[in-house]
Amino acid sequence: MSESAVTTKNAIEVRNLQFYYGSFHALKSVNLDIVEGKVTAFIGPSGCGKSTLLRTLNRMYSLYPGQRAEGTIGFYGQNILDPKQDLNLLRARIGMLFQKPTPFPMSIYDNIAFGVKLYEKLSRAEMDERVQWALSKAALWTEVKDKLKQSGLSLSGGQQQRLCIARSVAVKPSVLLLDEPTASLDPISTGKIEELVHELKKDYTIAIVTHNMQQAARCSDFTAYMYLGELMEYGATEQIFFKPKRTETEDYITGRFG
Amino acid sequence: MSDKHFSTQFESELAHVTARVLEMGGVVESQLRQCIHALHHLSTESTGQVLEIEKKVNMFELEIDHEIISIMSRRQPTARDLRLLIGISRVITNLERAGDKSTRIARMVDKFIQSGAPRALPVKSLGASAQLAATQIHRSLDAFARLDVQEALAVINDDDQLDDEYEAYFRELSTYMMEDSRLIGSSIHLMFLAKAIERIGDLAKNIAEATIYVVKGTDIRHSTDEERRSVLQ
Repeated sequence: MSESAVTTKNAIEVRNLQFYYGSFHALKSVNLDIVEGKVTAFIGPSGCGKSTLLRTLNRMYSLYPGQRAEGTIGFYGQNILDPKQDLNLLRARIGMLFQKPTPFPMSIYDNIAFGVKLYEKLSRAEMDERVQWALSKAALWTEVKDKLKQSGLSLSGGQQQRLCIARSVAVKPSVLLLDEPTASLDPISTGKIEELVHELKKDYTIAIVTHNMQQAARCSDFTAYMYLGELMEYGATEQIFFKPKRTETEDYITGRFG
Repeated sequence: MSDKHFSTQFESELAHVTARVLEMGGVVESQLRQCIHALHHLSTESTGQVLEIEKKVNMFELEIDHEIISIMSRRQPTARDLRLLIGISRVITNLERAGDKSTRIARMVDKFIQSGAPRALPVKSLGASAQLAATQIHRSLDAFARLDVQEALAVINDDDQLDDEYEAYFRELSTYMMEDSRLIGSSIHLMFLAKAIERIGDLAKNIAEATIYVVKGTDIRHSTDEERRSVLQ
């Protein structure tokens, strides 16, 4: 066993997870460990359950009636699926980013400050500091520091997505969930986000859903291949992209349909 | 490859480059046949053929290399496709070297003929060794074409036979040289020749190792017999 294998710690432990959209069984007995401080990518064809899995990790599905999950999702000892779980607190600790950037229709500064105010009481100076810190973390500070009063919607798509990352980071989460974060971005903005993911994993655990297999190969440490609601294969990204254990995984990764 | 690629264009590119490798292998095999003929009959006509074919082998290497780079840059292959292309790259490098060794054999046969081709020296047994080396190349290409790991492993194991023959031949020539110092010049040509044949066996072994890499994803170069066996389990 290598040294790194000994020192790894799981941020999230999914055990025997079942998920239902009404009567549709969308996730079937998923077991998965998300390692702390690493990037885990979920890949698979449309409808395979990868976004569903991501959405269970911060109970995003609880917003919709008729959707339910069974099993357990351990998050540093607590079960995310516990009905008594405080969802606002959970979502502050497990932030999420979507395919289309979703800045609030307010200034760049307020986009960051808004979430922070919900959880913390900071002085003006402390808030200024936090906004700068979050924007720097999201590699956006130098681009927006002279226009913090401008609307967040005035930024380019890639900048908006980084603003959303800054907004998530500002409340100091431990996990970031990225649901196809670059699907609507051009290659340069995509490159910046990928670079950012690499930087962010020093401080955060990241789970990313992507349709772009090369993106999963480039950014992630671990890759999970899902198909028809099942976790088909999970392993180190290099192994999955070079010599997957299952033929089904290899067929998908190489663009074959059996 | 049983499953169809989503992109038929990609599929046909991979099929094409694989076919070209086997075509290149066929050309190297024809070169080896000429070598064997040259050794049996001390024919300068055959050695001339070997040198002529060499140009073709070099062209194949350049063209296939270009195809591999083109596919890699445009398709970003992964998993079995990636392993196949890396494997092909290794196979053609070794085939080209086998071509070089054939050229060396042809040149040495020419020199041996020029040195008077003393009847006392054992040339015929080299023809048999060359036949064995050619068979090894043929089997390694066959294993590659069928992605047959068992056959590839057999090729690797059978390389010992060529190594043993080389050792034996080396000792045999040494006794001739000790007995008659006039045979030293010609014997040295045969010694180089024998070494080139032994090296072709090593190249066949390398091709077999590339096949195992493509199928299993494990690099068994520089591994022991035991490590190789464990790969296949």
